[in-house]
Amino acid sequence: MQPTSHAFKANVDKALGDATLQTALGLAMLGFGPKRRSAVERLPEFEALREEGRRIKNQTLEHLDYYLETFERNVTRWGGKVHWCRTPGEAREAVLAICRSVDAKTVTKGKSMIAEEIALNDFLEENKITPVETDLGEYIIQLRHEPPSHLIAPAFHLLKEQVADVFRSSHTELDPARSLVEPRVLCDEAREILRPKFLAADVGITGANCLVAETGSSIIVTNEGNGDLTQTLPKIHIVLASLEKIVPTLEDATTILRLLARSATGQEFSTYTTMSTGPRRDGDLDGPEQYHVILLDNGRSAMLGTEFQDMLRCIRCAACINHCPVFSAVGGHAYGWVYPGPMGSVLTPKLVGVAEAGHLPNASTFCGRCESVCPVKIPLPKMMRHWREREFEQKLSPAPYRFGLSAWAFLATRPALYQALTGVAMRVLAAFGKRRGHFRSLPLAGGWTSVRDMPAPQGRSFQSLWAERQKAKAGR
Amino acid sequence: MSGREDILGGIRKALKRGPLDAAAAAVLDARLAAPARNLIPARATSLDHPGQVELFVAMAEEVQTTVDRVAALADVPQAVAAYLASENLPADLVASPDPVLDDIPWAERPMLRLRRGKAEGGDKVGLTPAFAAVAETGTLMLISGPQNPTTINFLPDTHIVVLRADQIVASYEDGWTLLRQRQAAAGDAALPRTVNFITGPSRTGDIEQRMQLGAHGPRRLHIVLVGDGAAERPAGERPG
Repeated sequence: MQPTSHAFKANVDKALGDATLQTALGLAMLGFGPKRRSAVERLPEFEALREEGRRIKNQTLEHLDYYLETFERNVTRWGGKVHWCRTPGEAREAVLAICRSVDAKTVTKGKSMIAEEIALNDFLEENKITPVETDLGEYIIQLRHEPPSHLIAPAFHLLKEQVADVFRSSHTELDPARSLVEPRVLCDEAREILRPKFLAADVGITGANCLVAETGSSIIVTNEGNGDLTQTLPKIHIVLASLEKIVPTLEDATTILRLLARSATGQEFSTYTTMSTGPRRDGDLDGPEQYHVILLDNGRSAMLGTEFQDMLRCIRCAACINHCPVFSAVGGHAYGWVYPGPMGSVLTPKLVGVAEAGHLPNASTFCGRCESVCPVKIPLPKMMRHWREREFEQKLSPAPYRFGLSAWAFLATRPALYQALTGVAMRVLAAFGKRRGHFRSLPLAGGWTSVRDMPAPQGRSFQSLWAERQKAKAGR
Repeated sequence: MSGREDILGGIRKALKRGPLDAAAAAVLDARLAAPARNLIPARATSLDHPGQVELFVAMAEEVQTTVDRVAALADVPQAVAAYLASENLPADLVASPDPVLDDIPWAERPMLRLRRGKAEGGDKVGLTPAFAAVAETGTLMLISGPQNPTTINFLPDTHIVVLRADQIVASYEDGWTLLRQRQAAAGDAALPRTVNFITGPSRTGDIEQRMQLGAHGPRRLHIVLVGDGAAERPAGERPG
């Protein structure tokens, strides 16, 4: 998809004014936090597992070349093929060549963020191949010609009435007067419509939650079972994966899986965790005849050794998104590209450029919840700060903002001057605000006071009180 | 330069080194050849085997799997027939060609019609054995092979699994150990195309985050759990 991250502010205004979206957001965001919390509270080892997840991912990144080569060797050993792709363009071409080799007409797809990242569906359609999304949420947004708004709940921005509307207008072969009030009925209808498409597809494309070097396997988790029908029924299974999905062993993948479901949906374990290694074996009665892994770099290897390397630990659980106050207010589409929320605010500028996506790392209150729930302890706020620095250095932010920031930096690095000036400002504000105790408006702070009152300072600054206290302590 | 060499070269440049030397690679090779276990939660490992069986059943039922416990394999046909009748399901089943299922006296229930092979679009009920089961989260572990087509696990509306209690292990890691033992015993060709960990029937929360069962996979997952695991578990078969 074409990014619209540069228009983040306009996107946000639109999202805040969209009453339907706000209702859907309210419904959806309520559930995520408590579900994760109760799953975490039930597993005393969860904190220790986070540390293990961090360690496993870090150790793998240190030897990423070795593990990728080992993975390829094992994929080949079991009869599969790895396609190394530097760019989204190379990945699209690799998928197309495989599809053309069997003259594919339709392709079923399990949920894949890499497919979104490389804009695969549009490309397949341009080449007269029909992609069919099979994850219920992905199917709904495909019918609506929308991108996903969330990593694990792609249609969570919609109400069931909107789903009913798009089913009625798309499934024209069914009785137009049928009742579509209940989610149960909507779910059954999608099942009925998609079942023959699973059976007819020439190629099945899935993502991967882990790639395992030891065995040359890909692992995916789903709750619907769509990923399994997608990869079992067609002649060819294509796995789309970015290269940081690699882990050394099945034991390492298991640690990641223990973290993943709990962090994502609050489940103990996803319904289906499927490990796939190569095509069908001699004598197998089903399974694909070909197994391909599209291994995408798209700038990730260049993140190694930089201040953004930690982001390569991300397992796409969406916990940071589910706990972000900014995301809760504006939803996923406002971020303007594939990856929303805190993880998107760090990753998107890397993948589409800071000139396009510089607003995203600024869309944070730095409350730190994202880092505190991250299953592999990625320091997301710190990395958003790195992007803000880069944006400032590259002179991409507006002039008044840059002037303000420079003035602030000048003062903040001169403590004596800072304290003198703030001391004066405080005394002036205290004198003017004495009668009322607060200000309804202030010059240069209209944006702040338009929605709340500013309390008048009551006396001295925190810093001078603190200094006095420390002095008293030392004198005791 | 090819994509492969370019990507590997980029990684090495970023890591500020060339390809790993033989000694460093040998250390990593050794780690892969004998994979170490990471932290395993004590929830299941701290229990004795009967406790693990109880935990498995409780965790499975928590995610809407139904479990029927019977004393012996001879009781399975009756249990399957009773389950199908109680759910108003047809008595036509597609069953894995696994010889494990041959030990069950199906002929005693002539109303049950078993077709052995892979599943087709029209099959309503599937019946399979399992490779193992994980007590930690009530998870079944199934593996593919000539006698175990994967389609039975996913296409029919109802999936019935015949599981012996002595197949229940504490953790996923125990499952990997069993898989590696199987591979070592049978030679390299024994790594199955697919390993399915299944925890409950298919579900989705994609419409307003309200959970619905039976999204694309089975609407019902029913386990017929045979024995108590005490008597029939041969010594030495316990995973380490």
